[in-house]
Amino acid sequence: MVSLEELQSRFGEEIREKTFRDNRFIDVSSGVLLDVLSGLKADFGFSMLIDITAIDWLDYEGATDRFSVVYLLLNVETGERLTIRTAVNLPDPQLPSVCALWMSADWLEREVYDMFGISFSDHPDLRRILMPEEFAAFPLRKDYPLKGRGERHNFPVITRSEG
Amino acid sequence: MAVGLPENIFITRLDAAANWARSNSLWPMPFATACCGIELMATAASRHDLARFGAEVMRFSPRQCDLLIVAGRVVMKMLPVLQRIWLQMPEPKWCISMGACACSGGVFDTYAVVQGVDRFIPVDMYVPGCPPRPEQLLAAVIDMQEKVRRTGTVMGREFAARDTSSGPTPFDLQEEHRIEDASLIQLGGFSAAATTMKRDA
Repeated sequence: MVSLEELQSRFGEEIREKTFRDNRFIDVSSGVLLDVLSGLKADFGFSMLIDITAIDWLDYEGATDRFSVVYLLLNVETGERLTIRTAVNLPDPQLPSVCALWMSADWLEREVYDMFGISFSDHPDLRRILMPEEFAAFPLRKDYPLKGRGERHNFPVITRSEG
Repeated sequence: MAVGLPENIFITRLDAAANWARSNSLWPMPFATACCGIELMATAASRHDLARFGAEVMRFSPRQCDLLIVAGRVVMKMLPVLQRIWLQMPEPKWCISMGACACSGGVFDTYAVVQGVDRFIPVDMYVPGCPPRPEQLLAAVIDMQEKVRRTGTVMGREFAARDTSSGPTPFDLQEEHRIEDASLIQLGGFSAAATTMKRDA
């Protein structure tokens, strides 16, 4: 088990912990995120990155930041799991890429970029992964309409005589 | 004046002969993107046996096919592929839109799913259902054969006349409202519910 005190002594006092039904959440600021993650990998055995995802807190009661980015880590030796959360805000939501630490971060960060528009500096190939290249919006942001802004209808119509 | 003909010769129109041959050897191009594809496979398999109607020769190259069966939802990224496949098929060709998703988007009324392929490619036959049973697809193939026999010409003149799209327009009225709402949200930061209420009031 990684103790909170150990993390706080290494990476700063502002690291917070929350537990919900045996799941541990560690809140860190985006400034120390890369230090914390590389430390967790190098010294605490979190060799596997399960997922990266994000949450848009727009209009959420009591929310202080616009986005949370969530990293799910697994220590394959002990089976210990840890959730690292960090906050980013508009107008330029940006985080350091963790591709150098875990290869699996490549596509996961591309997905977060595609859906939320959060960019990752030093990512080797930050392109959209799910939506078409020419898609201009970030569809999982809460201010994006569920049915889109007409992008899905923006195609040429082929009639029978020309096909 | 009687004309003597051997027993195995009969006289017909060229159109009718071509339609007879075409309708009984429809070669489907299966464009199966979702669960409708499973029903499509079941239709072709032994229990329902699409071969009884001469349409069992599924070809995975559009160049060899004359019946496009769109089975399943089509997303924004897939639509250009579907259109290219349709254009690659040689004349004469027909299209069956199979299932609720291909016909109208079905329950997937989301930003990425095309709300009916008939907005962007011509469709001859619609099969409702989610997914439709193999019997329904068989009925559509039989109806398709009937349509080929009824309307077909050997040179495909009936196709040249269809120069306007018969599907719904890509942008309907609701779509305009929604885009209006969306740009309001973008400009003023209103919540979607608030703008909808304002319009209704």
